[in-house]
Amino acid sequence: MALVLNDDQKMIRDSADGFFKTEAPVSQHRRLRDTADATGFDRDTWAKMAEMGFAGVLVPEAHGGAGFGHVAAGLIMEAIGRNLSAAPMLSTAILATTGLVAAGTPDQQAKYLPLIAEGKRLFALAADEAARHNPAQVATTATPSGNGFRLNGVKGFVLDGHVADTLIVAARTSGDDKDKDGITLFLVDRTAAGVGTERRAMVDSRNAARVTLDDVQVDGADVLGSVGGGFAVLEKMLDAGRACLAAEMLGVSSESFDRTVDYLKQREQFGQKIGSFQALQHRAAHLFCEVELARSATLRALTALDEGDDRAAMFASLAKAKSGEVAKLATNEGVQMHGGIGMTDDFDIGFYMKRARAAQETFGDIAFHGDRLARMMGY
Amino acid sequence: MADLETFRAETRVWLEANCPAEMRKPVMRDADVCWGGRNVKFTGEAQRVWLERMGERGWTVPEWPKAYGGGGLSKDEAKVLASEMRRIKARSPLSSFGIWMLGPALLKYGNEAQKLEHLPKIARGEIRWCQGYSEPGAGSDLASLRTSAEDKGDHYLVNGQKVWTSYADKADWIFCLVRTNPEAPKHLGISFLLFDMASPGVSTSPIKLISGASPFCQTFFDNVQVPKENLMGEAGKGWDIAKYLLTHEREMIGDMDSAGRASVSQIAKRQIGLDAAILADTGLRTDVVRHEINAWAFALTMERVKDEAKAGQGVGALSSMLKYYGTELNKDRQQLLMSIAGSDGLTWEGPTDGDGDLARGWLRSRANSIEGGTSEINLNIIAKRVLELPGA
Repeated sequence: MALVLNDDQKMIRDSADGFFKTEAPVSQHRRLRDTADATGFDRDTWAKMAEMGFAGVLVPEAHGGAGFGHVAAGLIMEAIGRNLSAAPMLSTAILATTGLVAAGTPDQQAKYLPLIAEGKRLFALAADEAARHNPAQVATTATPSGNGFRLNGVKGFVLDGHVADTLIVAARTSGDDKDKDGITLFLVDRTAAGVGTERRAMVDSRNAARVTLDDVQVDGADVLGSVGGGFAVLEKMLDAGRACLAAEMLGVSSESFDRTVDYLKQREQFGQKIGSFQALQHRAAHLFCEVELARSATLRALTALDEGDDRAAMFASLAKAKSGEVAKLATNEGVQMHGGIGMTDDFDIGFYMKRARAAQETFGDIAFHGDRLARMMGY
Repeated sequence: MADLETFRAETRVWLEANCPAEMRKPVMRDADVCWGGRNVKFTGEAQRVWLERMGERGWTVPEWPKAYGGGGLSKDEAKVLASEMRRIKARSPLSSFGIWMLGPALLKYGNEAQKLEHLPKIARGEIRWCQGYSEPGAGSDLASLRTSAEDKGDHYLVNGQKVWTSYADKADWIFCLVRTNPEAPKHLGISFLLFDMASPGVSTSPIKLISGASPFCQTFFDNVQVPKENLMGEAGKGWDIAKYLLTHEREMIGDMDSAGRASVSQIAKRQIGLDAAILADTGLRTDVVRHEINAWAFALTMERVKDEAKAGQGVGALSSMLKYYGTELNKDRQQLLMSIAGSDGLTWEGPTDGDGDLARGWLRSRANSIEGGTSEINLNIIAKRVLELPGA
């Protein structure tokens, strides 16, 4: 597949750009933060996203979704990045849908996928336990009990964990702490006895929760995929999430960059526009190149997922690593080139730096993905 | 498509019959690359025959029109030819600034007589060209060049000096930027002249570089008479041609064929080895993988740019972006290879073929971000043309 958008994808890009700019602009993000909104996103906006087909972007048409695919999902995430729109897009529409499509039983798919597409059920992935992303590191246990399992453990950094209806929990049914084998995924009702969620306020004002599992009883029918073989499914979910986060960070980078270049054309010092100074021009031009590279890597990763390319995991790591580094550079430069006003809370540019930091940490930064890529390439 | 398959079959048969076995071996030394020209020294009969046969068919320049010595092939046919040549590992029969640089400009700006005179000789490798652009006082500020061409009625009288002229000492003809109007604003007084390096008054002197090699020359013009018909395009419009050519050159330098060469990690693995399945030097491993992430993202950008161009989309000033990023990446690569080689990489000369290549290659790469427009000039161009930042 060529690295260009087709006409359908261009239409999705245009409608996503228009939608988030009007329905969920940066001012909404600011309001949600200032009012310490209990949900952390706007439920009406999410309902409209479902109407637009965004919530069901990866849900197959047979299950009531739009089935647009990953390139389209990335375009939606890019628009979300540009506008810093808060929505359970990643947790529900990308991660949960990927897991259910990849490994769900016909019953699980029939039960959940239509609800996801309609925007009526929210999911959260409860996988990470360590502060530094390491998905194989699972100490949470699942011990056989009755006709199912009993879960015990603590999960940190569960995105949208405090509002999700269903948690997808990675727990260990066998093996040691860091083994890839022996991890099993469970669909757990958040209101089930023994499930505790504690919301954490984060630097980017998004939602994450600490989830405690205290003798939580789950049914055998709530296993997602096979017992002990959950890691492969988890990796699929994470890789879709990584590619989509790369797309969101691309949106963060390009919006931060556009705003900065605009500012360089307006701000005057020493009797001239600061954009006429070569010290700033060269940094801006370099950043332009970097954003283009992030765009190529991201588009490749999303295309690979749509094609079922066996290098999809590699491209997801490449995109996550590169787009994360570029988002860091773009937002750092954004604040620096705005000078004092960039440091003020009244001004939006700082929001982009905060989101870039959180998105970079989510599901692995360049250190994690550099190591993963090197291992994939045999060094 | 059926036609294309017929073409493939015929091409395969022809190449099989006409490409000498020696020309299917990898290029090992500089001499294995054939540059053609009046004073060409072939490494042997195979190299001569290969150039002659490919030149006769116009397949040294497959897409140029047949009338000008080209192969008259469509884009798709040219791709088939290239893939069939790769299949048998055939060497390129001819390397030439005439093919890469002057030819495209001639096709766009030259008059009919000039095209008929020069293009076929380029195609057959009979004339080797060099490029007269930079001067001692005109590097990044190329448009301030001072080599003068005075109108003497039936000819121009050329006086001045060029520098960094690639292989001027081996070239037969030069395409040269000269000032024909000293009164006009600097960009508007420049013209594009073609002339014979054997003309009285032309002399060259090689420049030894930090790599020890001398690929560049100083070139001097002392009352050189150039016939008026050797002016390409209009007088005073040479800067347009120069810009066109530089854009072309930047795309080429940015796109330096990286396919087929070993990746940094492959080399690191071979030389340093693994310890518990990861590179034994963990500090270098981080540097290597970060380089490869950038190299990979850059390669994907080249691919995307080509796909976008095909789809009629695209970003402006791309050549500057590709030249800037591609050359900086290559310098990074060469430095990393030196680090991987450690003290072995410091060898300058030795008893074995290839001793010193790494250090010399590293030193050569430092010029990547200087020649054909420095990184700084390319960043200026991006700032001005893409970002539309105000002038200083």
